[in-house]
Amino acid sequence: MSTANVPVRMQVNGRSLDLEIPPQHTLLDVLRDTVRLTGTKECCSEGECGACTVLVNGQAVCSCLVLGVEMDGQQITTIEGLASEGRLDPLQEAFVSTGAVQCGFCIPGMIMAARALLSAKPKPTRAEVQEALVGNLCRCGGYSRILDAVLLVADSHR
Amino acid sequence: MSAADWIGRSHERVGARDRVTGALRYTADLSFDAALHVKLVHLGAARLAIKAIDRRKALEVPGVACVLAADDLPTPMPRYGPAFADRPILATGETKFFGEPVAAVVAATKDAAEAAAALVDVQAEPLPAVLSVEQALDPQSPLVQEPALRPGDALANTNVLREWTFGWGDTAAASAHLVIEHEYRFPMVTHFAIEPHVFIAAPDGNGVTIWTPTQHPFVLQRVIAAALKWPIARVRIVAPDPGGGFGGKGWPKFEPLLAVLALRLGRPVRLVLTLEETFQNARRTSARIHARTGFDKDGRIVSQELNTDFLIGAYADIGVRVVSKASYAACGPYRTPNAKVTARALLSHTTPSTAFRGFGTPQASWAVESQLTEAAGVLGIDPVEIRRRNLPRKGEAFIPNDTPADGDWSAALASAERAIDWHAPLAKNRGRGIALGLKSSSTASASLAIVRLHYDGSVSVMSGTSDMGQGARTVLAQIAGKELGVSPDRVVMTMGDTSIVPYDSSTSASRSTVFMGNAVIKACAHIRRQLHTVAARALGVVESRIEVAAGEVRTPDGVLSYAEVMQAGFGPPRGEIIGIGEERGGGYIPTHPLGGRPEFWEFMCTAVEVEVDPETGMVDVTRIVLASDVGKALNPQQVEAQDEGAAVMGVGHSIMEELILDGTGRIVNLGAMDYRIPTIQDIPRQLHSVLIQNEDGPGPYGAKGAGEGGILGIAGAIGAAVNQAAGVAMRELPLTPERIWRAIQSARAEFG
Repeated sequence: MSTANVPVRMQVNGRSLDLEIPPQHTLLDVLRDTVRLTGTKECCSEGECGACTVLVNGQAVCSCLVLGVEMDGQQITTIEGLASEGRLDPLQEAFVSTGAVQCGFCIPGMIMAARALLSAKPKPTRAEVQEALVGNLCRCGGYSRILDAVLLVADSHR
Repeated sequence: MSAADWIGRSHERVGARDRVTGALRYTADLSFDAALHVKLVHLGAARLAIKAIDRRKALEVPGVACVLAADDLPTPMPRYGPAFADRPILATGETKFFGEPVAAVVAATKDAAEAAAALVDVQAEPLPAVLSVEQALDPQSPLVQEPALRPGDALANTNVLREWTFGWGDTAAASAHLVIEHEYRFPMVTHFAIEPHVFIAAPDGNGVTIWTPTQHPFVLQRVIAAALKWPIARVRIVAPDPGGGFGGKGWPKFEPLLAVLALRLGRPVRLVLTLEETFQNARRTSARIHARTGFDKDGRIVSQELNTDFLIGAYADIGVRVVSKASYAACGPYRTPNAKVTARALLSHTTPSTAFRGFGTPQASWAVESQLTEAAGVLGIDPVEIRRRNLPRKGEAFIPNDTPADGDWSAALASAERAIDWHAPLAKNRGRGIALGLKSSSTASASLAIVRLHYDGSVSVMSGTSDMGQGARTVLAQIAGKELGVSPDRVVMTMGDTSIVPYDSSTSASRSTVFMGNAVIKACAHIRRQLHTVAARALGVVESRIEVAAGEVRTPDGVLSYAEVMQAGFGPPRGEIIGIGEERGGGYIPTHPLGGRPEFWEFMCTAVEVEVDPETGMVDVTRIVLASDVGKALNPQQVEAQDEGAAVMGVGHSIMEELILDGTGRIVNLGAMDYRIPTIQDIPRQLHSVLIQNEDGPGPYGAKGAGEGGILGIAGAIGAAVNQAAGVAMRELPLTPERIWRAIQSARAEFG
């Protein structure tokens, strides 16, 4: 409790931030409580549900599993940083049009995990999408529309 | 999109864009100045006698504002609950279930609250706990609730909270060609909404405001007012859109505790449960069901006796209603000439069970559908055909003196039969199964809506429904748009704040489209009547010569917009037109076992195909087909998505999900690591929903409710398919690889 805050410089959604954060805080805590970007969601806090997925240097990471202090000098993208110049990412559009969004609580993490996949592999197979998203839990839908949404964007690359 | 296209089209979900950009504020995303953080203190077993609570070390943590325990609260301990006021604000004397808080720590930061909670030293001694149906019924077992809590109750000295007998005809006198009799088990499962429960409370003038993602803000308002002994008007509930509910966020949990803390400290207080704590505070009612069904030689049901023993938790919550409502209609969508259902709600030292999608029906359906499947096998009748022979025709009363069959259920059965290629040959280790589910919808309940037509012709709809992902905002906006002939960008939905929206009973029982939808229609009609009057007066025309339709006011001298009518009628002071609508359905019937007839029946036919690996017992659900009778799908994409989601949720309790308790009542598989729900790799290759739409429901444009159907019969269908694939009849859920493997091994041993 008495541990002093640690200075950390990280890029969040293209903005360089100089933060003073408690050393025990996870990246998720930092994003939600210090930076006040609440689009990244907290559910299981143990890396099993994927709701807190963000991109760290382009890789999908459960932000509850890494400490904020480890992010010094890293580039982080959250769901708030995915749209550019007012235009939604094609994945965001596809999640809306296929009806993949119900309560929406899993969706930011789901979209970030899918973004990491498509950036690395623009034309994944159905099985590859399933493998990439197996760590992202949804309880409202039957996942099939999420799969449709990701494959819709992948198909547009074909 | 023109206003005429509002209904029956898959209009984009209202709020979808805020959900894909992270802009939507869920309750935990709300920020309050000077808010304090709450952490609960709980113990490592279900039932422990609390001997002493030492808070000194916790109070030394910098930033700690208070550590509240039972002895800080009035005597007798204030209790609350939607059915019975039996749940204490904090555990008093002993804990009744694993996770029941014995103290609450309040501090300036989350870190301080967590650190201090770990330092609260509780001296406690283990006591024997009641953890199963058998233990609850054993007269030697301890009582879960003190008899003094239930004065005048003949059952107060037992663990039976309530018992009921429903039925008709005479099952004893009925003679059958074939009798199938077995016991079936349904596990404890948890809702696992991805948003854990969260509660925020703050003093507000001479009242209190609570923010929580509740499905039923007006139930919470009533319960808080009762717990504080305050008038309802001093309690305001704000319910941001829940991140999944499924019944788990329906009924009060820690809101009374948070209200007490906020009022004591004079500050906003917030409690965000961990997922583990959420598991410990809401679950589905587990059940043991003994079923005995008599059939004639053609497979027609001649009688059915069901003993439904539901294990509810330590407090009634709404579990008691789950038991009575599901048991009343437990015989399902069949013509059962003689029926007797004996139901019991049994208290135990477990997580208080509450509403969960299907509200007890999946448990009963598991037993009844398994009986039909087995009878079909014995009699050599196709499982589809035996169901067809027993289905009532539309309009036929299948429960005497109650709402008759209200849909073309045989058509749904035939659709599922076709869509799953029921009669196609099957590969080795594959099987198909079919099951029906029928749920009593909302009975006596009320929905009020206020619709405001603003001076410029735009519209605000105010409704107490919660949009937890089912898409209520979208459907209600579609209805208001259609009724007033207004385009989508001019309708704004306001929900979830009891200081703004009028009364609604609940967001449950698939009732909102029907009840709230009808209330919105009535409110819009009220607006049109007023437009009529305003236009007639302003224009000096008799009302009979004015027509309000399709977003226009037609007069003998031409067509005016709503805005032009209001400008003419109200002049420079301006104004607006307020429409009020109220829907009560068939209303309260004191003599009815459920207090009223279901407004509609939610019917679903589920067909599945599975592959079973005989060496491992693993089940792969490869196809799911759902055929529901929804009357009218106002937004087909949303209805289909509800069906699909309900079915995949049901795959969970069918083959993988179960809360496992140790001998002390501790949940062993607590959390996402050990309690597995279906992932994107567990879904079938084909997941298909067929909607039967005869526009014959009591809701808007002939709609019935939807959203729970997909979960009702899924276990029965999967069980039947596993039976065909692996040759084993399973009666205990979930159908885990171990259970199936053991069944296969013992069948091999028996038959060599």
